[in-house]
Order: sequence, then structure tokens, then C-alpha cells
Amino acid sequence: MRKVIAILLLFIIGYYSLDVLLKIPFGESAGGVGKHYLESTIKETGAVNSVTAIVVSYRGFDTLGEVTVLFLAATGLGAILYDKKAKKRALQNASVIVKTSSKIIYPLIALLGAYVFVHGHLTPGGGFQGGAIIATGVLLMFISYRSFETNHKALSIIESLAGMTFVTIGFAGLIYGTSFLQNILPFGIPGELFSAGIIPLIYIAVGFKVGAELTALLDNLLKTIK
Amino acid sequence: MNWLTIVVVILSIVLIIAAVFAVYQKDLLLAVIGTSAVSVVLSVLFYILQAPDVALTEAAIGVALTTIIFVITIKKTKRFEE
Repeated sequence: MRKVIAILLLFIIGYYSLDVLLKIPFGESAGGVGKHYLESTIKETGAVNSVTAIVVSYRGFDTLGEVTVLFLAATGLGAILYDKKAKKRALQNASVIVKTSSKIIYPLIALLGAYVFVHGHLTPGGGFQGGAIIATGVLLMFISYRSFETNHKALSIIESLAGMTFVTIGFAGLIYGTSFLQNILPFGIPGELFSAGIIPLIYIAVGFKVGAELTALLDNLLKTIK
Repeated sequence: MNWLTIVVVILSIVLIIAAVFAVYQKDLLLAVIGTSAVSVVLSVLFYILQAPDVALTEAAIGVALTTIIFVITIKKTKRFEE
């Protein structure tokens, strides 16, 4: 009886969801605020990539919140897994083929990550994506070499400096402009690397922060395997 | 019918199959690989739907980092669901 009622309810919900979803035009511009963003991001922020313009410029304060959430998550995990003894990863060394190829690929992945976050205002991607790509490169080295170690002190210093840079840029907007995280630097020519004011600076800081955080998190986790 | 539409439909079917596989698989390691396959297909779909920023995030976080965190967790707990 309960199953029959559940199936009946599912059909009713499915019917009405499909009815509503089919009435929304798929992939077409709906106008409104989205249209405004697409038309005036270059004029208002100097960034060619409108997604970056929204994430860092229009919604910069939300991005600061996101970075804080990630920082708190990484700190909480570090506190849970904290151990006084310095531990080694108990993984086996990988085969010669994996070791050799990961040694060649690792710098290229790190370069790609750096490219993605430096060019965040021009091409798709940005600080979060670039940092995550760098962390996956380090992960490749972690699982192929048992002796590959990261300097945790340096990682935490990079993380703190990057976070402070973000907040400092925000307060500079408050001091030299009118609001927190205001774009006070000149926009330059849209499409060039040195353009869009504070957007590339913030995304470089976010990239370093996310990369360092995720690397430290993975190292902490991998060291718990016995 | 546009060829891009056919590609999107095929990818969506693969996506649903991988997701159902991940839910019903008793071997958790295989289930994690199923979720990782979902992420791969989803990032291609995001790219086709003109959201390359989201596709990059999905590819880096969903395929690599989430999978390795789940694999470490399975290594430290049990591999088979009861």
C-alpha cells in the first residue's frame, strides 16, 4: 500500500515538474539582470570573462565568504587529524613508468593551474579552478613518490599571506574609494593581461590560497593511511 | 536533428546509467569510480552547454579530489556495503 502511494506521488511530482520545465525555453537568454551583466561587464569592470567579473567584482564579498568557508574546512580537518609525531605516507612507490611520466607531467600541470588563475579575467577559469588543478598535480606526485614531501610551514604561510592580500585589497577599496572591494585600479584595455584593475590580483591570491589549502588537506589525509 | 543534440542525449543517458550504477553497487570502490564517471560526463556536458568555468571546476574537483578523498575513506573503513 505504501509503495503504491509512493509511486503515485512520484508520478504526480514528475508530471508537474515536467510540465513546468517544458515551458521554460532551454538555452535562450531570459533577459533581465543576466542581459545587463553580459552587456555591461566590460564597461563596468574591464574584464572580458563575465563569469569572473560577477564572481570577483559584483559578488566579491561572497567570494571572500567562500574562501573563508574553505579555510575553515581545511583548518577543521587539520585539527581532527592532528598528530604530534611527524608521519610518513605508507603508500608503496609506483612503477617506473608512472614515476617517470608523473615527473614530466607535474610541472606542466602546475603551469596550467597558474595559467588558469592568472588569466581568470580573460579566459574561462579562475582562482578556485587553478588552485584545484595545482592540487591535483601535487596529488599525482604524492601517489607516485613516497619520498615527495611538502613543506607545511611554507604552505600555511602562503595561505595566510594570500588571504591577507584579499582582505587588504578590499580595505584599499574602502580607503581610496567608497566601498569594500571597490575596483580602484585603472581598467586598462579589455583583453590584455594587465587589465580589469583588482580582479587578476584577487584571483592570483585566491589561486595560491586554494592550491596551498587543498595540497595540505590531501597531505594530511594521505598520511592517515596505515 | 542536430548532431550536437544527439551527443547531448547520448551523454545524458551515460550519465544516468553511471549514477544508477553508483547508487546500486555494493562494492564501494566501484561506486566511487561510478561517481567519478558521472563527473567526467557532466564536465563534457557543461562544456557543450557553454559553461567552461563550471566544466573546469567539475573536472578538477569532481574527478580528482573528491574521488581520492572517498578512496582514502574506503581504505580506512570497509570496502563492501552490507
